[in-house]
Amino acid sequence: MCSLALGPADCTQMKINQMENKTMEGLQIVVCGTLVPDPLQTLEPVTTPTVPGLKNETMLPSVLDPWAAHSLYEAANLAKKVPGSKVYLVSLGPKAKLQQLMMTVAQKVPFELVAIDGSASGFTDAMEVAKTLAAAIEAIPGLDKARLLVFGGCASASRDAGVTMQLIGEQLGITDQFVGVDEIRMSDDGSFSVLERIEGGQYLASTCAGAPAVLAWATGSLPEPPNNPQVGMANMRFVIPALQKARPVAVGVGSINFEKSEVPAQKRATRIVKDVSADVIAAEIVEWIKG
Amino acid sequence: MSAIERMKMEADIVCVGFGPATAGFLTTLTRALLKEDGTPAFESKVMPGMPLQIMCYERADDIGFGVSGVVTKATFIKASFPDKDLTKEIPNAVAAGDEKVAYLFDYLGASQRDPGTMFVDAVFKGGRFFMGKCPEAAELPWIPPFLRKEGGIVMSIGSFVSWIGAELMSSGLVQIWPGTPVSEPVFEGDKVVGVRLADQGVDLQGNPDPANFMPGMDIHAPLVVVGDGPVGAVGRTLDDHFGLPEGNHQHDWAVGMKAVIELPESCTLKPGTVIHTLGYPEQEIFGFMYVYPDRTASLGIFVPSWFDSPVRTTYTYLQHWMQHPYIWRHIEGGRLRSWGAKSLQESGVRGEPYLTGDGYVRIGEGSGTTNVLTNSGVDEAWHSGVLLAEGVIDLLQRDEPFTKANLDATYVKRRREDKLNADLQKAKRARDGFQDGFFKGMMGTGMTGMTNGAMNVSSQSRPPSQRIKTLLETFAGRISEQDLAAAVAQCAKDKQPLHDTLMVLAGWPEIKMDGELLMSHQDVLFKGGKVQAAGGFANHVTFAHPEICRTCKERTCIEICSAQAIMPGEEGEPPEFDREKCIHCGACVWSCSKALPEDPEKTNVLFGAGSGGLHSNEN
Repeated sequence: MCSLALGPADCTQMKINQMENKTMEGLQIVVCGTLVPDPLQTLEPVTTPTVPGLKNETMLPSVLDPWAAHSLYEAANLAKKVPGSKVYLVSLGPKAKLQQLMMTVAQKVPFELVAIDGSASGFTDAMEVAKTLAAAIEAIPGLDKARLLVFGGCASASRDAGVTMQLIGEQLGITDQFVGVDEIRMSDDGSFSVLERIEGGQYLASTCAGAPAVLAWATGSLPEPPNNPQVGMANMRFVIPALQKARPVAVGVGSINFEKSEVPAQKRATRIVKDVSADVIAAEIVEWIKG
Repeated sequence: MSAIERMKMEADIVCVGFGPATAGFLTTLTRALLKEDGTPAFESKVMPGMPLQIMCYERADDIGFGVSGVVTKATFIKASFPDKDLTKEIPNAVAAGDEKVAYLFDYLGASQRDPGTMFVDAVFKGGRFFMGKCPEAAELPWIPPFLRKEGGIVMSIGSFVSWIGAELMSSGLVQIWPGTPVSEPVFEGDKVVGVRLADQGVDLQGNPDPANFMPGMDIHAPLVVVGDGPVGAVGRTLDDHFGLPEGNHQHDWAVGMKAVIELPESCTLKPGTVIHTLGYPEQEIFGFMYVYPDRTASLGIFVPSWFDSPVRTTYTYLQHWMQHPYIWRHIEGGRLRSWGAKSLQESGVRGEPYLTGDGYVRIGEGSGTTNVLTNSGVDEAWHSGVLLAEGVIDLLQRDEPFTKANLDATYVKRRREDKLNADLQKAKRARDGFQDGFFKGMMGTGMTGMTNGAMNVSSQSRPPSQRIKTLLETFAGRISEQDLAAAVAQCAKDKQPLHDTLMVLAGWPEIKMDGELLMSHQDVLFKGGKVQAAGGFANHVTFAHPEICRTCKERTCIEICSAQAIMPGEEGEPPEFDREKCIHCGACVWSCSKALPEDPEKTNVLFGAGSGGLHSNEN
């Protein structure tokens, strides 16, 4: 792997090393992603007998973690470009909630679900989660690490340790890891270039000889795909069986002690404006913050 | 748009909308889809060798979003689960307990009260000595049997529907797809052969964006089950196509606006407590409060179509109702968790459309199942789905097609012979009196209820567009003509709705926001309703004849809009609609004061299939 820092204006593909010329095969893209509470919900930490939790957690509407969702859409887009590729979504969460989530996610892009029945709360240990996900990836029938790209979010909307993807890579013995990815470009020989976000609004442009690699995505550049009933129908052939055989795991049970949890204080004053300049809005927000 | 090439998919049964009725249908149907040995009982016609392919498409972004709290006897629902205690299965459900009906006095003197209501005020004030002691209200010492819900359940319909949905999907026998609005039925002549999903990748006017356009897919199926509620696009298109049976009408509506609040620790109301109120904030507006477990409660008001004021903002009235001393003593210090609104089709069985046709069938509220005497709709909607499922199973077993004749002989026959229909017929005229005012309405409901429908009060029914008064008529004697004109001009200039300004001029105090229970309309939209809408869909609220809007003085669509999604546009222009704020309550459709020239039973507001809306399932 080689890297070069680029400013945002010239984030073109850079190929520094001469790669070994080889023909690219279909990829196995495994996306790690699970549910988080719908970001619009009001979250209230509560203390349960074991770990901190959220009030009415079982009732909270869920969405696919937005960071992971970006990586899923990028994975599907990449799979479309590389013939013979396949996308897996490895998801650790309460089975019943995963099932409901899949009815939305499954309409977006084609994938095969690998479900693991366990906690998806924000109060689990990243290493525990990583070990569980890595084991599930290793158990995918026909897994070929020479064709494996492991995708996921660079962080989580509910568990922002920001290290889970790296730990998964470590568990799988994958050393080429990219964090904060916004773009991947595949070459015909199986090598690829990656843009990673770094400080100062810059990108780190890297090239990699090929799979296996871990890519922890930032937002990528793709919009959320529309709901496509045909995609949903096709995915359901795998979703229901995957949920039925979801293996229960004891993640987030007693391995870590939380002293305290709280949400930041909130001050809310919503006003909807659509015809005001950004400068005026910014000035108003500054005044509002000043109180 | 007809030239657009659309992808087509086949299913055996396609359902539109996943509410209580479709839930009842699918729950009953799926229980018959497997033999004892686990093999499919029926083979798919469209995918030979496979089990029946059953799809359900729901507009909301998830199942259970956007419905509300309810107290229901749940007689039919319980019958579907004879071995289960539903209060233990459904999150936040509890057995209905203490029931109260309270008549609230207008302690502010700001409401509009006619002589009949003033007489009722005097009766209740005079009779308080033998009624429950409570601030600025009188509790009825006795609740008529037809209004009681004893033995029933207090629950969130959102939680109920989510629970059922999870049960159904785990069976693997049915697919329920949220976030998928259905725009219309697909006709072949008068036969319905499927449904068309809403186009995606279009601009607000529906024009395709070449880069992202995804034409709505046609889902063809031998049977389309329409359970998309009273303002659903498919049901309304069917009504446009076939009309209503002679003598039926859909003149009576209400918008129910509700909040789920966390009660203060000082609140002593027990879970299961049921409170219904009348008399305030206006004589036409009814209220409710249902107490859930864990110190939460669902509360709200209903603004009916026979409230003839064009300034009918439900949210401001909800805030005044919450602050009535009778309610406020229980909730002061609490916190709003969730919020939403929904239109209710209150014509009951009078609003029943044609229940069947070749290839389609209607169930639920949009099929006229609401009992307007007992104020009950969820249980009845569920049961209509159950009755349909029984009929469909009959036809599947006999391998007969879903023709109108066959559906009439199975589903409609069952429905007509069922207790559901007997109760609906008794309730048919229960609310007729309200057409002539609150006092006559109360008399009529009481008469219908106490005589089991044998005696009723008569009145002439009119569509809401023919009832709504002008601003001058509404505020005569309360706001001078000059002040009214000045306020209207200022609101138009500020692009603001009229209601808050006019209500203050008429004597209502300004709402003192506390950010917890009382907050701005925009804050409740996002904090309570968690409203959002995916991009790429067209505006689902449009105006049939914009020129009519240009000269409209009342602009009731703006005033009734539950979410401030319809707001004043440039002066002299039609109102502007913001689909990202719409909660799909549909109140604009029936509250418009302008009848459609080509069909006076309809209004100038068109309400189509759209995506998004509320993101809360605890309403």
